[in-house]
Parts: sequence; structure tokens; C-alpha cells
Amino acid sequence: MDPIEVIEGPVAVLDRNDVDTDQIMPKQFLKRVEKTGYGEFLFYDWFRSGEIELDAHPILVAGRNFGSGSSREHAVWGLKDYGFDAVIAPSFSDIFYSNCTKNGLLPVILDEEHCKAVASAGEARIDLDDQTVNCAGGVFQFEIDEDIKHRLTNGLDDVAMTLERGAKIDEFEGAGKADAGPVTTSL
Amino acid sequence: MAKNLFEKIWDAHEVDKDLIYIDLHLVHEVTSPQAFDGLRLSERGVRRPDKTLATADHNVPTDGTPTARLIADELSRKQVEALEANCEEFGIPLYSLGSERRGIVHVIGPELGVTQPGMTIVCGDSHTSTHGAFGALAFGIGTSEVEHVLATQCLVQRRPKSMRINYAGELGFGVTAKDLILATIGRLGVGRMQGYAVEYAGEAIRALSMENRMTICNMTIEGGGRAGMVAPDEKTFEYIKGRPGVPDDFDAAVQRWSALPTDEGASFDKEIDVDAPAISPMVTWGTTPGMVVQVTDRVPDPNAMDSPADREAAERALAYMDLQAGTPITDIPLDRIFIGSCTNSRISDLREAAGLLDGKKIASSLRGMVVPGSQQVKAQAEEEGLHEVFQSAGFEWRESGCSACLGMNPDILQPGERCASTSNRNFEGRQGAGGRTHLVSPKMAAAAAVEGRFVDIRDWS
Repeated sequence: MDPIEVIEGPVAVLDRNDVDTDQIMPKQFLKRVEKTGYGEFLFYDWFRSGEIELDAHPILVAGRNFGSGSSREHAVWGLKDYGFDAVIAPSFSDIFYSNCTKNGLLPVILDEEHCKAVASAGEARIDLDDQTVNCAGGVFQFEIDEDIKHRLTNGLDDVAMTLERGAKIDEFEGAGKADAGPVTTSL
Repeated sequence: MAKNLFEKIWDAHEVDKDLIYIDLHLVHEVTSPQAFDGLRLSERGVRRPDKTLATADHNVPTDGTPTARLIADELSRKQVEALEANCEEFGIPLYSLGSERRGIVHVIGPELGVTQPGMTIVCGDSHTSTHGAFGALAFGIGTSEVEHVLATQCLVQRRPKSMRINYAGELGFGVTAKDLILATIGRLGVGRMQGYAVEYAGEAIRALSMENRMTICNMTIEGGGRAGMVAPDEKTFEYIKGRPGVPDDFDAAVQRWSALPTDEGASFDKEIDVDAPAISPMVTWGTTPGMVVQVTDRVPDPNAMDSPADREAAERALAYMDLQAGTPITDIPLDRIFIGSCTNSRISDLREAAGLLDGKKIASSLRGMVVPGSQQVKAQAEEEGLHEVFQSAGFEWRESGCSACLGMNPDILQPGERCASTSNRNFEGRQGAGGRTHLVSPKMAAAAAVEGRFVDIRDWS
């Protein structure tokens, strides 16, 4: 994952609430076993029917509850592969938000009014360190978890970071705290 | 200090700051191949194969294809074969095509007794919330997190907030758990549970069977919730008893589990009260599970909606669904009936539907399909003769799998077809491009199958 400092450029706008991951990446493309090449399948039905058009700009502004429904990370792979580096919305589904942060697609939560301002401005500059979105309509502050920010700014691998805490996991298991559950290998 | 159910489980699994231990990791073919690739690339192993369990469910055919290598669809075949190879390589137990224990991942967990109170359970599938019905903390994760759990048996996770929804009173005649959760999502909207672990409580919940509780927890994600939970009680213990995965010392486990329910005086970040007797049989009319009305209602008029965004969304939904505002729900004609999915494909769901179909025929214009949640559910239903009831009525009786809920296998809607479905999502194209989905309970689906349109189950016989 590449480190993120600043994401800037023109914005694409998807002015709809509750856009689910079934729309972002329809099921027929979930049969692939690769992690790459999903950009061409993004919003497959909506793009092909002419329902929506989105330029492959660095920033996407979307409506509330973006990425709802299925946990498919393929939706995030598709958005990233298509060209988006950040998505700005009033709210995201929990799983989708988390999936974004694992793939260097920066999720930015701004209130509805500020999302609209960014959309009308047509271009914006997101500074992750300052946690600001700067556009012709103003400078807007956004919240992000410190740990997530640290990982995104440094392009860190989650698994490697947790493995550094391996002693804690050993300790937890060693104390018998992981013994209560079922043993799947002896069913 | 008094703690709620969620807090007790979370606290018992905190390994380190924002790092929780996972007691059970369920794996399926669609969201895992890239995770296994990631392990290989970084030369990492699976930390606890003994806390991991895999099955093939999402894109398996339901026509009786006996083994993975005979799956006709090439991509599906490759994906199931990849799962088999990955599980073999990393020593993970797998119930693939041909296994009597195979089925929808959220059906087989409870069925095998590996879903138990007080556990943390994850799976690369948003409906993992289902397992919360046992008083477990269970939620869906993405593929990167699947890789993370495989490698570390832990998950980096910010502590969610807690919510309790109290259902006073009992559900009325003909009103089911599916109606309860649809009505709840209809009231709260599809985003209000975001960031919360939701505990369902109150008289109406206590009165429900384990299967019904699973239906409710299952659809928590449709309200945006992180996890759905129900406190374990005698029904929970009774359900688990005797299943393959239960602890050797069952009595000691029951004693431990009995300490899990929310303490008297424990607080929640949010509490909501719902009057259970006021809930009616529900039918979705739009393209999110929150677009739902009572069966006695009419298709809503977008012009009557306050916010411009809601109005536009409703207009788009009506256009997609090809519905006119003001049409009585019971006047909507149907082409397809789907009884299945991790929401409503368990034995009690099939009994409820079959109970209404005995001696009846489904409308001649319809195609109806019953897809049991697991091979064990199928076997049980056949032992009870339910398959004969469905088949005599004109339903197709299939092998288990996710099937038409998400249309990854051949069981899909054709463009324009309208389906009454016991599944969980009515998103555009979910059951097949151009397909139109109305979410209902198994009883409502069965009655609708006979009439060819929706009926109010409370005055139908």
C-alpha cells in the first residue's frame, strides 16, 4: 500500500444515498480469484445503462451510507483500480469503510453540506496529515482514527503490525483465554 | 460495574489496544482466495486452523452437482477448487460439495454447534451477524481482514458503540421474526445502526425460537449495524446441546454462558423501544430493505416524502421496481418465489412455509424455488416429508446454497421478473440484472405463491 499524504484534483460526483456494494461491484465479478483488474467492472449495470457517468478523477463525492450491504472488498478494489484515491461522503457502511483503509482508498467523512460544497467546487485537495479538505467552498476538517491515519500515512501492512504484537497474542492464548471455543479440526 | 452482553464479550477478548481475539473464523469460497494468496506472498501461515472452518456456499449450483470439478460454470468451479486447494494446503477443515455437512456458512455454524455464547466470530460475509443470536459477538469482515485473521487469529477493531432495542409485548398471529426486523429497519432506516453492536431484547425476543432470533440478527447489517445479539437463555442451551462442536463439560459451559446476559443497571449508548404487537406482516416495495410497508398498505407516494433526497431515491426505486405509487401491496402480481438464504432457510422456516402449502398449488404463472440452508436442513426436511409438500404444490426442491439470494449461481431472476423472496436484500440487480425483489417472511412467500400476488397472511387460509 502506497503512503498517502495529499490527494488532490478534480472530483467526480455520485449524488445518491445508500449506494450498496452490489451496485459498485455486481456479483458476477466476485468469481474471480485475483485482486486486480476490477476497474472495468465498476458500477457495471449503471455505467452500461447510462444511469450514471463518473470520470476517473482522484476524488469521488458520494451520498450517505455509501458502500452499504455486502462486505465484498471487490467494491473497493474496483473503485481504486478505476482511479479513485479518496471517497468523500456523509457516512459509510462500517465494513466498507474498513475495507477502504486496507487498500489505500481514503474514506473521508464530511457533513452533507460540506460534501455538497466539495461537489460544486469541482476540485479539492485532501491533506491527510492536517485532516482537511480544501476546496473553493472552504476548508473542512474531518475526523479519522489515529491508528488508521498512522497506517495510511506510512503505507503500513496491518498483518505485519499485528505480528509485532505477537507476544501479546501468545500471552492471551497462554493464559487459557482462547480455550473456550470449539475445536474445528476435531468435529 | 454492571456490563452489557456486548461489553462482557469484548472485554474478554481484548488482547491489546484495539486488537481482539477471534474464537471462530468461518471461511467461504468468494472472499477468501485473495487472502490465501496474500499469505503465500508474504510467506505466512494460518495461526489457528483449529479455530477456522470453511464451506462452499456462495456460488455452488443447487442442482445436485456432486463435486467441485463437475461445476459447469468455469469461474465458479475454479473458485471452489481454489478453496479446496487452500484448505488442504493450510490444514483448514472444509465441507465442500459432496459433504453432508455443507451448507450456507451461517446455517452450518449453529447446526454444528461451533457457534456458542460468548464467542467472537468473524467471516468474510456481512451476514455473519446471524451468529449473534447465540449471545456471540459476530460480524462480517473484508478480505484483507480475512487474511489478517488467518495470520494472527486477531482483528484490529475499534470498539463499537452499543444499542439495545427493547420489544415489549408479543408478536401477533401470522407476524414473524422477519416482519419484526423489517419493521425495525423500516422505522430506523438503513443507516441508523451504523457503528453499533445491537442487542435485541424484551418479551417478544425471548418468545422467539433460536432460528427466529437468527433471522433478526442476520438482518442487523441491513440496518447498518456492526453486530446483532440476543442474550443466551434456556432455548439457546437447548439448541446447542448434543451438537458436534459443544464442549465436553456441557454443564460447566452452561454455567459460564449464564453469566453473559446484560447485567441489571448496565447502560447502552442508545436504547430504543418498539411495541411488538403493533407490527404487521411486512413487504418491501423498493430497492433497500428500509423501503418497506405493511402488507395492508399501498406503495408509497414519493411526493409525500419530506426530504428531496428521499423523494428522488423513492422515485428511482419505483421506476426500477416498475410500481405505481398508491397501488395496494396485495395487488402486486408475482413471477417468482424464492424460499431460502441465510435469513430464512432453516428447518423452522421450511416448516412454516410448508404448513401453509399442504394440499395447495402455487399459481400457474409462477416459478417457485425452495433452497434449504444446508444439506442437514434438506435431510431433516425430507425426513419430515416437507419436500413432498413443496413439490406437490409446484415448487422446485433444490440442494443447499446461497442460491438466488445473491444470484452468483445459475438460480437468478430474468430481467423484469418480480420475486417474493425470503432473503435479505432487495438491491437493484441483486437476484439477477433487472430482477425485482420484494422481501417477505417464509409464510408470506408461501401464501403469495398460491395466490400469485401478496396476501395478508392473517386473514388467508
